Formats: sequence, structure tokens, C-alpha cells
Amino acid sequence: MSAEPAARRPRRESRWRLTWRRFRAYRLGMAGLVIVVSLLLVALLAPLLANDQPILCRYDGSLYVPAVIDTLHNVPFTERVIQKRRPFRLATFDFKSEFDASRGDWALWTPVPFGPREIVSAPLLGPSATHWLGTDQSGRDVLSRMIHGAGVSMRVGFLSMGIAAVIGLVLGSIAGYAGKTIDIVISRFIEVVMCFPTFFLILAVLAWLPPRIENVMIVIGLTRWTGVARYARGEILRIRESDYAAAAKALGFSPARIILRHLLPNAMAPVMVSVTFGIAVSILIEAGLSWLGFGVQPPDSSWGTILRAGYENLFTAPHMIPPPCVAIFLAVLSFNLVGDALRDVIDPRLQETRA
Amino acid sequence: MPLYVVHRVVSGLVTLFGITLVSFGVIQLAPGDPAQLQTAQIADAAVSQRVYEQLRQLYGLDRPVHVQYGMWMSRLVRGDLGSSFHDGRRVSRKIGEALWPTLSVALLSLAATLVVALPLGILAAVRQGGPFDKVSSTLLYMLYSVPSYVMGMILILYLGVRLDLLPFRGMRSDHYAELSTWGQMWDLAKHYVMITFCFTFGNLAYYARFVRQNLLEVIRQDYVRTARAKGLPERTVILRHAFRNSLIPLISLIGLTFPFVLSGSVILEYMFNWPGLGRLYFESVLGRDYPTIMALNFITAVLVLVTTFVADMAYGWVDPRVSYER
Repeated sequence: MSAEPAARRPRRESRWRLTWRRFRAYRLGMAGLVIVVSLLLVALLAPLLANDQPILCRYDGSLYVPAVIDTLHNVPFTERVIQKRRPFRLATFDFKSEFDASRGDWALWTPVPFGPREIVSAPLLGPSATHWLGTDQSGRDVLSRMIHGAGVSMRVGFLSMGIAAVIGLVLGSIAGYAGKTIDIVISRFIEVVMCFPTFFLILAVLAWLPPRIENVMIVIGLTRWTGVARYARGEILRIRESDYAAAAKALGFSPARIILRHLLPNAMAPVMVSVTFGIAVSILIEAGLSWLGFGVQPPDSSWGTILRAGYENLFTAPHMIPPPCVAIFLAVLSFNLVGDALRDVIDPRLQETRA
Repeated sequence: MPLYVVHRVVSGLVTLFGITLVSFGVIQLAPGDPAQLQTAQIADAAVSQRVYEQLRQLYGLDRPVHVQYGMWMSRLVRGDLGSSFHDGRRVSRKIGEALWPTLSVALLSLAATLVVALPLGILAAVRQGGPFDKVSSTLLYMLYSVPSYVMGMILILYLGVRLDLLPFRGMRSDHYAELSTWGQMWDLAKHYVMITFCFTFGNLAYYARFVRQNLLEVIRQDYVRTARAKGLPERTVILRHAFRNSLIPLISLIGLTFPFVLSGSVILEYMFNWPGLGRLYFESVLGRDYPTIMALNFITAVLVLVTTFVADMAYGWVDPRVSYER
């Protein structure tokens, strides 16, 4: 039907490629993206950066890669598929004390050769050549705990906003598409949740749930979806009247198909912006909750718990305060930078709107 | 106009009702109750069980949830917020005591925000693209990304501990009673500095950016060009013609942000040992003090609704172009 030869047709750039091409022009946004990617890499590769077991070692005649397997375990369910070989799998096995060079043992250590839970020296030591950021109240290496804390922050940021995005998209698009009574009910519900001080609600729920990081994620996700829902509703309302939506309707497609295939993909832009800012807020909330003792529980580490340890040893060991402060600031700043650039790229009309 | 007010009040009441319902649900559905918490330490199992039953009866926890909600609602309508499960004191009393520390910080913070943010925003907008604009924009953007509790920790560490300049625990020093009147005021003021700053800087950065943005938009308007064409001095054009019009959106921004400052911050108040609403909420949650939690949720929601309503009304009052007709 189309007589136009393929060569003469202008090459159609995909929406994502176009967005990326424009995004690259924003220097600050790119700087933010670089920080975001580095934080993600630190989070993913934490066991290869700081570990109490080596990356590669020879122990009693055989080769082992314990830190590599720790890293693989970052992917859910891989623990069922692959396990460390004995004796590294055993909780009681301490490679550092079993290490015997005379037997031909050698090891390639991670850059920070201490695990986040490993007790390595006296408590509350200031920064030194061996422990760059000092040790905490139990004598664990603070740098190692900071590195592993990045994983907590990133996981909370992305997963909780993932939950929020799903809830927000579902409710927002239903409200925007259905209109009338359904829209009024959902909009009123969004307003109720927005009027609630989020932090209070999270605190109230977490006071009763067992304090686990999964619960923190779920609760943040369940409370932070209102921004996404409002944007999704607004966008769907706007494009519901467009020609292609009318065409899809005329073809007799079901509402679900129209929303999912025709409306939502075109409504994603502001939602993405909202989600990016939301990640910054979630990271902030998680660290705050952990500071209050509702988030990550000992002996696991999070930037918030390290900060709390610094607060409790304010006069004796203040070296634990600046590192998490810098880390939380950088994480929040970088997601804000990316969000701002993304907003300008996708839709300049959205200037100065947040949340 | 009256129709609009009625509409807003009715929809506000509906929202408020929804909020009390959600609060009550969240509190009731969660496991663990105050009676259990208070009897956990009694060693004798039989005594513990008996006291537990009695406490549940006293608190009305043995009734079905909807009956409890009805009881709470009927008390609320009569203006009674109930008594704390924790120490038996009137909830209204407890909140009254915690209100002033939080409210005073919130008002100081709002004043400081406006006093600093308005000139900053104006200067940046007038010299758009100049060095002052660039430096202040970058700094404000970075400031905006500093979480308030991170700023709190840094201030406590450097100003409070290292330099020993400012106190950071509570509202008053231990020897407050022995000080002269002036000494007491000076002591109070010093305690306010850091916590007020922590409440202020984030909003300040946001407001300054907001003022700059709005002023830039207004400066492009025709009436500003007319004012310039009349030969008015630049100062008059900016301050009397442009700036006053750029203030209008600021009103709704205040309406949006102020209630959240007013509801206090759990982390900041806990960090600075400040006896305000945020800390009261935290303690009530830990102690499963249902009436206090409900009252605080309710009051915060009322504050949010009232301030947004007042802001919307003020908007129409300042800007006659705004119409409330649908």
C-alpha cells in the first residue's frame, strides 16, 4: 500500500532514543545520572567492594570465589541455584584465621577487606590507614557498612517507587478514563491520602509491623503513590479525547486495552518525572526511619543506622556522622538532578512542579 | 462565591471524615494494643490476664471496631478528644502543651523564609543570567537537596559539639530558672536557632527559586513593558508593578507547605529533644496511645484543609481575576 520507498522515509526515532538524545544536552542532569549509576554499581557490586571473604583465593589446595557468589546472590532466588562451596558456606568458617600461607594459600582481596558485620577491631576508632572511615560502636568497619548501606537505599528507592507507580497508574488511569462518579470517589481518596502526613502514616504502620526492610518498602510504596496517580489521571483525561483514542474506541477495543496500549504509553512522561523525584524522597524516608530505629535492624547496615550510631556517640566518635550525611545528600541530589533534567526534556510545561 | 465556600466546606468535611476512618482503621487493624503493652511486665499470668481484661474494658477496646469509632466520633462532636491511654491526662492538654514549641518554630521559620527568600529571588530575577543569579541558583539547588535531618546532624556536630556555640537539647538550659529575664530570653533564643534553621533552609531554597521563576514570568508581561515605557525608574517597575503581581502564586505555595511545618517533624524534634507535636506523636505511636494518635492525625488534617482553603480564598482576594464559579 505504502508506495514510499523505505530509503526516502525519514528514519523514525523511538521516543526513548529521542528523550535520551535531548537528555544528554543537560550537563547537570548527566552529572546526576553519573552519580545515580555509580550508586547503583556500588549497590550491586557491594560484596565485590567490601567483604570478609576474598574475590578469588586458594585454600587448602583448591580455588574458591566466595565474594563473586555473594554478588550473584544480590539477584533474588539465586541462592537456590548457586551456593558457595564448603567450607565458605558455613557461618562459623573464618577464612582470615584459617589462612595459612605455608600451605600455599593465597587470596585476592576486595578493595575493602572487611565485611559489614565482621567485628574487626576495637569499637569507635577514628579513621586510620586500615579503616578509612573508622570503626563503629561494635568495632565494625564503617566504610564497609557504608558500601553495603547503598544497596539498602537503592533497593528501597526503586522498589517502593515501583509499588507506588503501579498503584498510582492503576488508580489514576481508572479515574481519568472512567470519569464521573468513579473519578470523584478516587480523586477524593487521593486527597485523603495526600492530606495525611506521609511520615506519620508510615510511622504508625511500622510501629505495628515487624521492623523489616521489606515492610519499609511496602509502606513507603503504599503512601507515596498520590503524585503518580494525579499525573496519570491528568494525562489520561487530556488524551482521552484525542483522535487515536477515539479511533481505538471505534474499533471496539476494550477499555483495558485502550488504557494499556494507547493511553498509558503516552501518559508515561510526567509519571517518570514524578517517580524519579519519588525515589529521592523514598531514600530520604528510609534513612530517616532507620535513624529512628524503624527501618533496617542490626546487625544489617543502612546509612540511617550509621548516622544514628554517630548521633549516639556524638562526643566520643563523631567520625560516623559525615559519611552517611554526604551519601544521603548525594543520593537525593542526583535523583533530583535527573528528575529536573528529565522534566525539562519531556515536557517544558511542567516547570516547577514536583512530587 | 458563597456557593463555592459551601462546596469547599462540604468536600473538606467529607475528606476529614475519610481521614478519621483511615486513621482508625490503621490503628485498629494493626496487632498489639495498649492494654497488652501495659500488662506485659506483670509476671503473674493470671493477674496479667485479669488486668488486661479490665484495661480493655476501661479503654473500650473490647467493643466492636465500629462501636469504638462511633464513641470516638460522638466525643469528638462534643469537642472531647478523650484521655491519653499512656498517663491518663486529657489529650487536649497534652497537645496544647506541645503546640507552642512547634507553632513558634513554624512561625519563626516562615518569617525567616520570607525575609530571606524574597530578596534573594528578586535579585536573582533582576540580574537573570548574571553571576549572582548563577551562584545563588546553584547554591539554593544544592541546599534544597540537603535533607533537614542531615543538616541537623551536621549543625549539631560542628556548631553544637566541635565549636560548642549553640545548645541542641531541648528548649531551655538546666540552669534556666536561675537566669535573669534577659538571660532567660537569650537562652531560649539560642535554643531556637538550630532547629529553626533546619525547618527553614529547605523551604527557603524552594521559595527563592519560586519567586525568581514567577518574577521572570511577570517581567515579560505587557503592563511591565508599559510601566517601563512610561519612564518609571527600574526600581519602581520591579517592586511596584512586577513583584507585587508575582506574589500571588506565593500565597498558594505557603498554603501548601506551611501545614507540614506546623505538624512538626518527628526526626528533627527527636534529634533536638524538642517538646513539640512531632515528638508527642512519636511517643504516642510507641506507647500505642490511640486517643492521642487519633487527635493528632485529626488536627493535622484540619490544619492542612484549613490552610489550603484560606490560601485559595486569599488568592481570590488578592487577584480579582480569579473566579470561583465553576
